[in-house]
Amino acid sequence: MDQPEASSAAPVRDPHINFAYLDERTKRMIRRAILKAVAIPGYQVPFGSREMPLPYGWGTGGIQVTASIIGPDDVLKVIDQGSDDTVNAVNIRRFFQRTTGVEVTTDTTAASIIQTRHRIPETPLQAGQILVYQVPVPEPMQHLEPREVETRKLHALQEYGLMHVNLFEDLAHYGHIATTYDYPVLVNGRYIMSPSPIPKFDNPKMHQNPALQLFGAGREKRIYAVPPFTDVESLGFEDHPFEVQHWDHPCEICGARDSFLDEVLTDDQGSRMFVCSDSDYCAKQQALHTPPNTLPPETV
Amino acid sequence: MTPTQTPAPTALLDMQSVGKQFVLHLQNSTALPVLSGFDLRLLPGECVRLSGPSGMGKSTVLKLAFGNYRATSGRIWVRDTDGQQIDITQADARTVLHLRSHAMGYVSQFLRVIPRVAAIDIVAAPLLEGPDSGFTPAQAREQAALWLTRLRIAPALWQLPPATFSGGEQQRINIARSFIKPRPLLLLDEPTASLDPENTQTVIELIAQARAQGIGILGIFHDAVVAQAVASRTVAMHSFQATP
Amino acid sequence: MHELTQPLLRVQNLHCAYGARAVVRDISLDLWPGEVLAIVGESGSGKTTLLNALAARHAPTSGTVAFAMRGSGLQDIYALSEAQARLLARTDWGFVHQHAADGLRMNVSAGANVAERLMALGQRHYGNLRAQAGDWLARVEIDPSRIDDRPDTFSGGMRQRLQIARNLITQPRLVFMDEPTSGLDVSVQARLLDMLRMLTRQMNLAAVIVTHDLAVARLLAQRMLVMQGGVAVETGLTDQVLDDPQHPYTQLLVSSVLPP
Repeated sequence: MDQPEASSAAPVRDPHINFAYLDERTKRMIRRAILKAVAIPGYQVPFGSREMPLPYGWGTGGIQVTASIIGPDDVLKVIDQGSDDTVNAVNIRRFFQRTTGVEVTTDTTAASIIQTRHRIPETPLQAGQILVYQVPVPEPMQHLEPREVETRKLHALQEYGLMHVNLFEDLAHYGHIATTYDYPVLVNGRYIMSPSPIPKFDNPKMHQNPALQLFGAGREKRIYAVPPFTDVESLGFEDHPFEVQHWDHPCEICGARDSFLDEVLTDDQGSRMFVCSDSDYCAKQQALHTPPNTLPPETV
Repeated sequence: MTPTQTPAPTALLDMQSVGKQFVLHLQNSTALPVLSGFDLRLLPGECVRLSGPSGMGKSTVLKLAFGNYRATSGRIWVRDTDGQQIDITQADARTVLHLRSHAMGYVSQFLRVIPRVAAIDIVAAPLLEGPDSGFTPAQAREQAALWLTRLRIAPALWQLPPATFSGGEQQRINIARSFIKPRPLLLLDEPTASLDPENTQTVIELIAQARAQGIGILGIFHDAVVAQAVASRTVAMHSFQATP
Repeated sequence: MHELTQPLLRVQNLHCAYGARAVVRDISLDLWPGEVLAIVGESGSGKTTLLNALAARHAPTSGTVAFAMRGSGLQDIYALSEAQARLLARTDWGFVHQHAADGLRMNVSAGANVAERLMALGQRHYGNLRAQAGDWLARVEIDPSRIDDRPDTFSGGMRQRLQIARNLITQPRLVFMDEPTSGLDVSVQARLLDMLRMLTRQMNLAAVIVTHDLAVARLLAQRMLVMQGGVAVETGLTDQVLDDPQHPYTQLLVSSVLPP
């Protein structure tokens, strides 16, 4: 049954597997967890994470969330580090095509569900869209306080001094807050949350976003959520407030100056170029600035 | 005298029929009686000398007055700074601590301090007791310096802990820290025992000055010359011996 | 004479048992502001259990422990909500462990260790936090230039002083100490004892110190409680209990100390 398919042929919906792989009762359980998460923004809801056809650490949490909410009329986009074309994105997209047969897209504005690993798309999201994040470690205080019994208490009692200890340490050692990804945020003025390892550049996008943001951690068995139009504030000190990254260069392919850039090494001599991490955004920017007949070849 | 409920109102110390015996539980609960029926009333400005050969309970009397020993019988009234008479045989620890801080001072024969604390800080310590002592550490040390100078402790020694000092030097540190914060009742146990004539004279002067200020002193002075110079009266211990 | 009408800590008929085995029996005491009480006893006397019961770390089987909360008077500490109890432990109380590693975060800097309580209370200005941490390091005689160093690079005595700074920065009124100088070199002990003595006087701290070392009790505590088999066999002024012990066990303890 599992013949390697030609890369140009779309995967066919496999009728022997339930829609979106999970059984209906599991989907209901996960949806209940999602509802609870939406009702308590930023609070980590435990859920019965299922065994998925890929190991922990490869996005099983995000996949389970997507599988629980996806319907036949949804349009799915899957990105990994901003790109639709990396191995993970390709394979997760194929998984959903085989198990649901839904329409897939690389266009951020056309998708109803976007599953992402470690980036938020540059194109602003609309109301009605859902962004599903893949989360490795849901507990923002884990490396300072490994005991879950204790971190649960800290969240319950809103005792977040420890988070600022972490930032204090950074300032003491580096003179600036050195955390550049997975930068902790305060959600709805109540819970401190790990936004997943997105670059801190993306943190401001979470604030008052019209889309629903869902977070799934498969190995750690937690789901959390930021409902639309919720306050999300990145932590800082009064005299060292939160700051995003800046680049001196524009994207060398599309010329954008406002997107998160990847640094790509192009040869053994250390040559490098700076390119938009969000592949869909880069392609759209190119189309805006270049006449239609002279599009340069797409680079990954 | 049988102990009365009310002590003499002006007395700084009123010991009424005080008895003391030690029970040595480790030696088959042997009883060691030391004092019986001890009476003493000390008024402001007096210097009362306890006399008698060693073993008669002189130091015991001082320690009983200070609350260092617990009386087996009788009452010990100490006058607080507000005029109230307090029976320390019945008082709680907090009350006795208050009296020790404000109403009475004790100069023992031995200097017992935390090792590695400088002499000047030992002398300054009574002025820094409590959060509202009225002295900053710098001011307290200034005062301590004056006292150390008066008792002829060489400035080179001020920053050193007294553990390596001679007996006489240690005794002078002891005296300095007792006189730096004068209290109405002063209990002195052999204050000049290790001192040379010059410093002995200083102590005699200090006692005289204290008496002139209305301070009452109960002391043990082995040196007959010193006793002659300071004591306004003598109490002989032999009449208060306990019979086993 | 006394302006206060109620003690800082009131313990009544405290009893701690593990099943049928009573470890602390019927202990009652009052502690007033600025008083240092030493609980002395040998291994198995129940002194550590008693300390933990007083410090809300080990619920007693019966009896009460009441603390004079700011603005509301004596309250049973075991009737407090968990949030209140944790807040109390972070602000008005301190707990100094025998092993400094139990009372410190060994993987963050000394400065962060000292400033943590302030951050927990909502202070958010890095410059101020750092300045206060530096002040306290100096007060406990740690070179302030070591503010960014981790405690695992500190000696035992330094770690203990760091632990003290971490506890005292919120100006607590009551500090519990479990064998604070055990395990330290003798010369280091002396310096630490003097520092504790000075700080307790300056800050009018009340303290309950568990120790098996009578010399520590004599130097630090004005009051002493001697425990044997869970019972307080003798209690009173430290110098009185040590110089004129009444109870046979106290006499045994005092006479057993080896003179140097």
